[in-house]
Amino acid sequence: MKKLLISVIAALFVISIAFTASAGQYDKITIATEGAFAPWNFTDSSGQLDGFEIELAKDLCKRMGVEYKMVPQAWDGIIPSLQAGKYDAIMAAMSITEKRKNAVLFSRYYAATPSIFIVLKNNGFDDLKTDVDAITLDQVSPEEEAAMSVLSDTFGGKTIGVQAATIQERFLQQYLGKSVEIKSYDTQENLELDLQSGRIDAALGAMSYWVPRLNDEKGKDFNMVGPGMTKGPFGEGVGVAVRQSDTELAAMFSKAINEAIADGTLSKLAIKWFTFDASAKE
Amino acid sequence: MKFDVMKESFPQLIGGVPETLLLVIFSLCIGFILAVIFAQLRLSKNRFWSWFAGSYIYIFRSTPLLVQIYLIYYGSGQFRIFLQELGLWTFFREAWFCAIMALSLNTGAYTAEIIRGGIQSVSWGEIEAGKAIGMKPLTLFRRIIFPVAIRQALPGYGNEIILIVKSSSLASTITILEITGIAKKIIAATYAPIEVFIIAGSLYLVMNFIVTRIIEFTEHKLNPQFYR
Repeated sequence: MKKLLISVIAALFVISIAFTASAGQYDKITIATEGAFAPWNFTDSSGQLDGFEIELAKDLCKRMGVEYKMVPQAWDGIIPSLQAGKYDAIMAAMSITEKRKNAVLFSRYYAATPSIFIVLKNNGFDDLKTDVDAITLDQVSPEEEAAMSVLSDTFGGKTIGVQAATIQERFLQQYLGKSVEIKSYDTQENLELDLQSGRIDAALGAMSYWVPRLNDEKGKDFNMVGPGMTKGPFGEGVGVAVRQSDTELAAMFSKAINEAIADGTLSKLAIKWFTFDASAKE
Repeated sequence: MKFDVMKESFPQLIGGVPETLLLVIFSLCIGFILAVIFAQLRLSKNRFWSWFAGSYIYIFRSTPLLVQIYLIYYGSGQFRIFLQELGLWTFFREAWFCAIMALSLNTGAYTAEIIRGGIQSVSWGEIEAGKAIGMKPLTLFRRIIFPVAIRQALPGYGNEIILIVKSSSLASTITILEITGIAKKIIAATYAPIEVFIIAGSLYLVMNFIVTRIIEFTEHKLNPQFYR
């Protein structure tokens, strides 16, 4: 018993030294992910992290020539923990927004995905139609304006669920905050449970999450409706987030991403995980 | 320290105080009624009722409140059709109802044990005296057992009230925007957890300070002989 205790303490000591050694130099980094946002990042049945970003991290770190470790971290609190130094980078389907840029530094974007409303089938929203399939919120045309008002008319007075601290939550607060009731969830799974049970009338989420989901057995009761929305509060695509002082690390990630785009690795990974090419192009 | 964030978040967090208080007050009232009933059943000579109350207390004291909240909220969502047939879904649909239900059942179990302890501490002599002058069981309970028992149980119950004030923060996990829920929301926008949680924590501190004062005052009132 005593021996065991001593070896445990020794092991902890070694681990803590390893952690302190990794700070400062970039030859050994820790990357955080949520582990609950399939297919970007998720935890498989054996408890292992898997997904698009897990494979991408492996590829990028190989290109950068650094050793890395991936750790799961709850989404709400993922940025404060980065600032507190618990890890060195975040790869968790985090969109690059003006607001987040005040807190962290981003690499170039590696993927982009529109946001879209999801509803339960046969729940009164199936024939929601707009004249446009896509809305770019930084430059809104008259047709897009019309589509937006269709959305706010359809969902006015309804309850819309969204994951907390996401670009989708921000969009709802900014654009529909006055007319709809917003319910915020800690994870996509809990959001989905409440969409299924009818506690919320619709959910707003990332297309990259929902397209594979709807093709799956678990998503058979759901439907995507309305146009896919990008830009504005939805940001400029998904990037790697690092602390603001780590400019060199961000540059290393950007360079590795550029290489992965050039040799086609990124697009191959995106098609494998999302079933459509959500990867960054040029 | 971002003091401007603290200053801005203060009024927003104050806005969550009524929600927290409502959760606490509703749960404590319902829980107390449950507790009085279950304490009686627990002490009943009927073995079935005693076992029934014992299992309720055992289950709700031995599982985490967070798990109870999740089970009631997300668990009920899986049985929507069944609950709809019973006409109960309108209640279970609301996160509020589920949170109050979980908190009430939880505090009910703890309080039942506190009250049971109080009742058992009433001395035989007092009960015999009551019986001797011909009090009926209900009168005996109302006039003798309950007042003495509550005096014994009050310090323990005060503890329980404080625990429920703090436990109400778990309601934020099922989309309720009470103090902790609002705090999480502000942190998501400002990335300043320390500043916001300091304010949120102080609000709980103030609420529990008032609670402890009220309990102390009541203890004085009920036991005047000790505080002359």
